[in-house]
This record gives sequence, C-alpha cells and structure tokens, in this order.
Amino acid sequence: MALTLASAAPAHSGLEVFWFIIIAILWAGYFVLEGFDFGIGILLAILGRDDLDRRVLINTIGPVWDGNEVWLLVAGGATFAAFPDWYATLFSGFYLPLFLILAALIFRGVAFEFRAKRTLPAWRLAWDHAIFWGSLIPALLWGVAFANILRGVPISRHFTYLGSFFNLLNPYALLGGVTTLLLFALHGAVFACLKTTDDIRRRASRAARVLAPATTAAVVAFLAWTYLNAHNAHDTGLVPPLVPILAIASIAVVEWLLRERLDGWAFVATAVGLICLVATIFLNLYPRVMVSSISPAYDLTIANAASAPYTLKVMTVVALIFTPLVLVYQGWSYWVFRARVARPAQPGPANGLGPEAPTLAASAATSDPAPAPPGQGGTS
Amino acid sequence: MTLDLSRWQFGITTIFHFMFVPLTIGLALLLAIMQTAAYRTRDDMAAHEKWNHMTRFWRRLFLINFAIGVVTGIVQEFQFGMNWSLYSRYVGSVFGAPLAIEGLLAFFLESTFLGIWIFGKGRVSARVHLASIWLVSVGTMLSALFILAANAWMQHPVGYKVVGNRAVMTNFWAVMTNSTLVGSFLHVLFSALVTSALLILGVSAWHLLKDQRAREAHQPVFAASAKLALVVGSVAIVATMFFGDNQARVMERQQPMKMAAAEAIYNTQDGASFSLLTIGDLSGNPIFQIRLPHLLSVLADNSWNGPVQGINQIQAKEVAKSGPGSYEPILWVTYWTFRIMVGCGIVMLGLLAAGLWLMRRRRLERSAWFLRLSVLAIALPFVANTTGWIFTEMGRQPWVVYGLLKTSQAVSHIGTGYVVTTLVGFTAIYSLLAAIDFGLMTRYARGGDRVDEPGDDHEREPGTDQAPALIY
Repeated sequence: MALTLASAAPAHSGLEVFWFIIIAILWAGYFVLEGFDFGIGILLAILGRDDLDRRVLINTIGPVWDGNEVWLLVAGGATFAAFPDWYATLFSGFYLPLFLILAALIFRGVAFEFRAKRTLPAWRLAWDHAIFWGSLIPALLWGVAFANILRGVPISRHFTYLGSFFNLLNPYALLGGVTTLLLFALHGAVFACLKTTDDIRRRASRAARVLAPATTAAVVAFLAWTYLNAHNAHDTGLVPPLVPILAIASIAVVEWLLRERLDGWAFVATAVGLICLVATIFLNLYPRVMVSSISPAYDLTIANAASAPYTLKVMTVVALIFTPLVLVYQGWSYWVFRARVARPAQPGPANGLGPEAPTLAASAATSDPAPAPPGQGGTS
Repeated sequence: MTLDLSRWQFGITTIFHFMFVPLTIGLALLLAIMQTAAYRTRDDMAAHEKWNHMTRFWRRLFLINFAIGVVTGIVQEFQFGMNWSLYSRYVGSVFGAPLAIEGLLAFFLESTFLGIWIFGKGRVSARVHLASIWLVSVGTMLSALFILAANAWMQHPVGYKVVGNRAVMTNFWAVMTNSTLVGSFLHVLFSALVTSALLILGVSAWHLLKDQRAREAHQPVFAASAKLALVVGSVAIVATMFFGDNQARVMERQQPMKMAAAEAIYNTQDGASFSLLTIGDLSGNPIFQIRLPHLLSVLADNSWNGPVQGINQIQAKEVAKSGPGSYEPILWVTYWTFRIMVGCGIVMLGLLAAGLWLMRRRRLERSAWFLRLSVLAIALPFVANTTGWIFTEMGRQPWVVYGLLKTSQAVSHIGTGYVVTTLVGFTAIYSLLAAIDFGLMTRYARGGDRVDEPGDDHEREPGTDQAPALIY
C-alpha cells in the first residue's frame, strides 16, 4: 500500500530515500554515541561508590557528551527540513514523552557542568540524581517512542495524532523502552570498562556481565514481538532477517567477550547491536515514516511526508560537503581523549598518572571557591 | 486557549534561552581574543600571566552560562514540532533547512571544540587549544546566522513559492541573503558583544571597588579586563545602534505595521516626530508626552520630511490584501518594548563613552561612581535583548510568517491540559535553573582570584597516555 503511494508520487526525486537513510544513520549514531553517555549516567548509581568514583565516570564522557547530543539535534533538524509532516506529527503527537525527555536532558546537561562547581556533598548528590534520572528517562522513552512509531499510533487522515499520552504506554512499547534502557546501560558499562582503571573497571565489567544476559533476553523478546506484529499485519515479517538476527547475536556474544577480556570487541558488539536495532526499525518502517493504526491509507510515508525536491537537493549538497568534515573532527576528538580516566587517589603504575596526581585529589577537595556569605551562591 | 498557552510557552522558552545565548556568543569571542593575546605574549612573562589569568577567570562564567544555553536550545528546536505543528508542516521546506544546517555546521563545531577546549589543555598543543576556542566562537556565530536566517524568513519571506497549502523553497541563496537577515544578524552579533562586554566591565568594576574599599592594590587582571571591555563594548554599542537603525528602515519597507506600532502612529504623516515617552492613552489622547520633531522620518525614511505610514492606513491595506481581521499588534507592548530597548542602548552608550574618557584620563580604576554604575549596568543589555526580541516578534503579530501564515493557523491541535502541563513544567524548570545559574555566576564572579577550578592548574606536557585530569 505504502509502496504504491511512494511510486505514485511523480514529482519526487529519489532523494527522499537518501534522507530517510540519513535520518536512520543519525538515529543510529545518536543511539551508539549518546547510548553510552546514558549508560554511564545510569551506572553512576551502581558503580559510583563515592564522589571520586562518580567523577571518574562523568569525566569519561565529559569532553564528548555534548557533541554526542548534537546527533539528536541534527536528526530533529533533518527531519524538520526533509520530512516536515513527519516532524510535525511525531513531535506534536508524542508531546508529553518529548517534554519528559527534554526536561531530563536539560537537567542532565547542566548537571555535568554545575556538579563540579561546588564541593558541598548535598549539591553534588543532587546533581548525581539529575544525571541518573536525566539519563534513565530518555534511555527508556526513546525505546517507547520508536516502538510506537513502528507499531502504529492513531493518526488521522490529516496526519494528526488522535491518541492520548496513555496510548503510548502499551506493553509492546514499554518492552521497547526496557530494551533500549538495558542496551544503553550495557553499552555504558562496556564503555566504562574501556575508559576506567582498577577497581571501577572491575566493577564495570561485572555490571556489564550481569546486564548482558538480561539485555539479550529483552532484545530477543522485543524483536520477536516486532516480528509477530509485522507478521500479523500481513507483511512478510522482519526484512531482511539478517539484521535483527545480527542484533541479537552481537548482544548475546558480549558476555563471552567480556569474560575473555576482549573489552574493545565487546564495545564493538554493543555498538553493532544498537545499530542493527535501529536498522531493523527503519528497514521495517520503510517506506513509511510513521504508521497509522487507523488505516494504512493514513500512514506517513517518505513520499507524502517529504519536503520539496529543491529543499532536499540543497540539503543533500550541504550534507555531502560537511558530514565528512564533522565525522573527521568528531572522530579526532575521541582520539584526543582516548586515555583511560583514573582515580587520582590511587597512585600506581597502571593508572598512568603524572607527577601531579596527589594534588588532583587535593584540588578536588579545595575546588570550592572561597566560602560565600550565608544565603548566597547556589540554591543549596 | 491552546494558542495563547502555546504562545506563552514559546515566549518564555525563547526569552529564557536568549538570556544565555548573547553572553555565549560574546564571551566566546572575547575569550578567543584573550587567549590569543596570552599565546602571542608567551615570551613576556608578566603580560602572558595577565592574559592567561583573564582567560581562566572569564572562562568559568562562560562555561556556567554555556551549559544552560545548550540545553534550552534543544527545547528551542523541538518546540516548533510540538506546539506549532501546523506551522512546521507549512514552512518545513524553507524554515527547516537552516535549522538542520545549523545543527550540522554550528552545533557540532561548538560542542566538539568546546570539549577539546575544556579538557584538552595539555593533551593538544597550545596552538590547537587556541584554535579550538576560535572554532567555538565561529560555531556560535554560525549558529546565530542560521537561526536568524530562519527568523528573517518569518519577518520577510523570500526565495519561496506557495504550492498547495505550503510554502516551498525555490532559492536557498535568497533565503540566506535576505535583506532582513543582514541587519538583524549584525545587530544581534554586536549586541551579544555588548552584553558580554558589560558583564566583564561590571564584574571587574565590582572587584576594583572592593579592593579600593579594602585599601588594597587593585588586581591587575580586573583593571585590564575593564579596559578591554570598554574598548570592545564601545565599538559594539555603536555598531549595534547602526545596524538597529538600518533595521528600522528595512522594517518600514517590509513591515510598516510594526514600525507604526512601535511609534503608536495612527495616521500616515510626513516629517513624523519621534515619541520619546507617553503617559496615558497611546491612541491619541495622552496625558503627557515628549516628542522629538522629524526624528521618526529620519529613522524610517532617512529624510527630514519622509512619510511614515500610520496604523489605520496599513490596517485598511492589509484588509484589502489578506481579508478581514485586525492586523494590529498589541500597541502598548510594541511601543514600550521598543522604547526600553532603545533607552537601554542610549544609557549604555553614555556609560561606555564616560568610561572611555576616564580610561584616557587614567582615572578608571579610582572612579567610584563610574564603577558603581558599571555594576548596575550589567542588567541593561539583558533588558535590551529581551525587549528587542519581544518587540520584533510581537510586532509581527498576527502573522507568524509575515503576510503568509497567521499565528492562529500555526498552532498544534493538542489538548489544553497538555500545554498547561508543559507550560508549568518548563516555567518551573527555567525558574529553578535561573536561580541556580544566578547563584553560581555571582559566586564565581565574586570569587576573583580565590576561585580555583579543578583541573585549572594541571597543565601537562602534551602527552599521549596520561590520564586526563578530572575536570567535572
């Protein structure tokens, strides 16, 4: 049905397919990159036994989290420009979940910067909570959102979302949310194995190995349910089947890789798992961008939701010129910060600390500015 | 109801966001200048230390401020789809493009190189570290350029045609070279510099005053900062006014109603006078008012006796063109926001001129009255920025895209309860953040030399496998 719609629109240039792929790539990139940021944020509650532990964890993503979040902004902007109706229906339809995501991202984003600005334990604890909840809520809700997009939500013929907030909280979507939550947590734990040392690293590895089987189970359950949904809708099921199978396989193998101390490969595996999950969703959406549960005739597709061909052409030129550049410098920044982050209080040959190591802890303790007069400075 | 609530939410979000953005744009450039000076004076210990010290001090305020600008920017980008979905459908082909390009060109640049700048000291060479703050600065300006291109299109749509029920882009170059954009971009850019210059001036003045009161020698870093701020601020305020004036002429041509509403001019007149202030009714029976003869004609038309169109005439023309309805913005809002903005600008100009004169006479550090005024003046650019945006956005009403789409046709059909929830939620979040930010900014601004940031003093040799310092 949707396919015929796509081919029936004569004025379109084929760039819609290109932009559909670009947006899929942006979401995959966002899940892989901000995925481990979210994971680190969630694991702060488990792995961060004291303030210094938590600082180590936060500093593993400190230089890069903001750049990772830009993938979301660009995905949003690209959807706005390339598929205005998709952007409009999705964002107005999923209004409250988006508000929750935005609120979470606001608190989480300022928490990274503000947390270190005072040493008051209550201050730091409050921002730790902000980072934890600010990571957990979007990690859950992105899964809920994408599961709903694929499952279908009540969309009218005018592309207006007719459901309520609670329509979005169906069991399938909630399973999707749990799946992304676990995936991001696992991805973050594996990232922590790669970026920390000593005790935190051991704990991260243990956490990852506990999370891995549960995550595998969630991915299997979610993809099986997705398969059944597609099958019941008289589609052929999940196509091509290789992609969801690869998603399951790469998550299933993480536990073994960690046991063999192949942390780098474990990270590749969680990343591939996330990419294949996003790919499964987008491949099975295609050529739709949002499924209407009312009637297939009301589905938003890459044809009926697309922007003007001229806009797509301009955007394509800009993207082709600047995307490689962005990838190069963002990749370079990861190279600059490739070193592990160590707990400064534990000097030792393995943590690669310079001679200034002891003073780091001291500076952490004295980083609070000259005591402000009571009633001023901060809202503590 | 949904319409009004959505408008409040948009206004609150945008104004809150724009409390932080100008400071980010201005401080990024000033920090780049300071760090460049430090880099170039690295053979001269005293000068190098002074510039380094300045960079270290102001960067703290910059980073506190930057964080909020970033996170509110996400709301800014998503709220079009959330609350203004009919707008998004209508304009996506034109308006979405600069937004997407802003993300790709500006946001990645800013965020990546800010990470390098905060965490990279000692991990990249001094030269790359310096380049990174310049790239952050370029990123902030590019961001302003693209978002203002989108806004300029709402003020004066160009490079499009209407196909069916939507506006479709036909010429991207025309969108990016919109005559409205040139003036507004430079006006915003220079006002951002004014904002950061006045912050630096005010905070430095506070420290100079404090040292003076404690009979201590003033800290050289604040005397130097105040001088830099005075020079940059003076140039920037003149440029802001120049491009603001340029915008007034563009506005008279493109949105005559906004100009008339700014002045509360009801009937077209030649050699129009400029109303300085009005007490009482704006519609023609004021209790008291001060008017400067011919000034409005000069502003709007660049001539002594040029015509300035009146609200009644424009209203009649608009009805003929776009159908029945009121095309008047809310007059007291446009009239007063315009005056407050211009008034703040004039006060800042006076203050900066006085400061320059004192600086030339080498009395700046000791001039208590000037320093005290400078502390108070920190608020002025924020007031001017806010009223300026309220004026330009409210003055365009009832249109969301001038002449094309009315605001009432742009809003999402979502339940009032949802909008109430998010309006209350966002307002609460912003208030909390504003309080925290204000607390932190004052704390660090007052801290002076005694504030130390973790990671500040751990300059390492550029190495490869050293553990990064814990900055956060």
